[in-house]
Amino acid sequence: MRLSKRATWLLRTGVGLGLAFIYVPLIVVGIYAFNASGTTQKWPPSGLTFEWFPKAIENEAARDAFLTSIKAGLAATAIAIVLGTLAALAVARHRFFGRETISFLVVLPIALPGIVTGVAISNTFTQVLGVSLGLFAVVVGHATFCIVVVYNNVVARLRRTSASFEEASADLGAHTWQTFRFVTLPTMRTALGAGALLAFALSFDEIIVTTFTIGAGAETLPIWIFRNLFRPTQLPIVNVVALLVVLLSIIPVYLAHRLSREEGGAAAGKGGRATEAEATAVP
Amino acid sequence: MAAEAVAGKRSVGHRLAGLFQGRPRLQVGTLLAGPVGWLVVGYLGSLAVLLVTAFWSVDALSGEVIQGFGLENFEALFEEPVYRDIVGRTVGVAALVTLTDAILAFPIAFYMAKVASRRGTAILVVAILLPLWSSYLVKVLAWRTMLSNDGIVNWALEPFGLHGPGYGIVAVWLVMSYLWLPYMILPIYAGLERIPNSLISASEDLGAHPLTTFRRVILPLSFPAVVAGSIFTFSLTLGDYITPRLVSNDQFIGNVIFNNITNNQPFAAALAIVPIVVMIAYLLVARKLGAFEHV
Repeated sequence: MRLSKRATWLLRTGVGLGLAFIYVPLIVVGIYAFNASGTTQKWPPSGLTFEWFPKAIENEAARDAFLTSIKAGLAATAIAIVLGTLAALAVARHRFFGRETISFLVVLPIALPGIVTGVAISNTFTQVLGVSLGLFAVVVGHATFCIVVVYNNVVARLRRTSASFEEASADLGAHTWQTFRFVTLPTMRTALGAGALLAFALSFDEIIVTTFTIGAGAETLPIWIFRNLFRPTQLPIVNVVALLVVLLSIIPVYLAHRLSREEGGAAAGKGGRATEAEATAVP
Repeated sequence: MAAEAVAGKRSVGHRLAGLFQGRPRLQVGTLLAGPVGWLVVGYLGSLAVLLVTAFWSVDALSGEVIQGFGLENFEALFEEPVYRDIVGRTVGVAALVTLTDAILAFPIAFYMAKVASRRGTAILVVAILLPLWSSYLVKVLAWRTMLSNDGIVNWALEPFGLHGPGYGIVAVWLVMSYLWLPYMILPIYAGLERIPNSLISASEDLGAHPLTTFRRVILPLSFPAVVAGSIFTFSLTLGDYITPRLVSNDQFIGNVIFNNITNNQPFAAALAIVPIVVMIAYLLVARKLGAFEHV
């Protein structure tokens, strides 16, 4: 589009301010992790120190919470990979009654507020099934809203690759499983990887569904932060853990983005990139 | 011996695979059994449980759940002014946050889709994507620190003789607009990307002022994408209880649900119906406006 110099300049400033708005809080959290004034959170910090890092690593509750988060994330991601891929294969490669409904059903757990999923699962577990809350309930909740992430990535990839490769494989005498193993799976491998990484990041970071499903005993890392941030003496450690959480959730997202761009992105050009961006945009 | 075992195994695999050959219905059924089972039985099932338990009640003395149909929860919800205020406040802030994000997101998305170089676009997409996925709680925590009395906001405003909003409803609006901004930028970017440049050129060649082109061509074509983004900003605001808890003393629907979940689960369930109803209404309108092609 032809824009006047002034309009372009205005837009650039707007984008710059927008990016600053997005990143300044994350940077501030990062700086507070090195805060030498410890429990007082006055800005600017009186000095910077590394002393809170060993203390955070030595904190047993935080370490347990970290392991719980990893466990919950891995389990939820595993379930989401299987269910998301199956649904994507059905929707992208077959025609059947109610196909549109599947997409809607998969999106629903994130289209509705997380608190609804949380309360629904909590009520079902305690009131109907008589199962107590805990890590298992957390995994069920996380897997439910992670399916969409895997599904979206895989379905976008399958839609861009023609089914004729699979037909050719079948015509050449490969059976269903061989076609999947040697044709379909390699095609969607990176999309699947990206979906899995995003699902893990989403689970690792989640707190609302988790609050309602975890019960009294266990803690995930976000729950640990939430329970400790009102205690002034714990704040320096909370800040360090917060920085670690930012890094740990940004890395998988970045890798996922690289993965989903590797194939398709270069070949499909700008339009392809938009579809890919869209696939990752739906949280 | 070993070779025989392998051959035997393979033939089972072959036979199983052969079962699916030329039977598309069986293929679809097998593919869908897992995901549909999980989502319909597990997820929709627990939503149904939520709906049913919303009509149960809690014995005032023993605190035990009475599993019988009753409208007490909904009566309380509609008749007590406190809850009416809370619902109004939550929906109001959700609308305000959505509007704010749409206004903030549009220029950024427009720059990404139509002005920046390909490389610039790629960098911006990553820059917007990264914080979208990461550390929701940490971001709220960051704002709690920044908006505190000794925080960076007051420190930055002090030379101008100004004072930040502190904790309160303004802080909730600000923080939520911050949190959900990337969710608005990306759908609008994708929507703008789909508008063929030739349409914009045609409008320009026909002598339209850039603002006219924007108003008459770009805005109508990208509006469904804005609505698509608003589904997220609206829904996420409706269900959030952490932000109000950390940067204000105001009660939102989520806070009341959270406060009731241990002692009065039926009432918490009834409250959780409110965001469901609001979101269903919102989704129906969004579908009318064509947003679903953009989600």
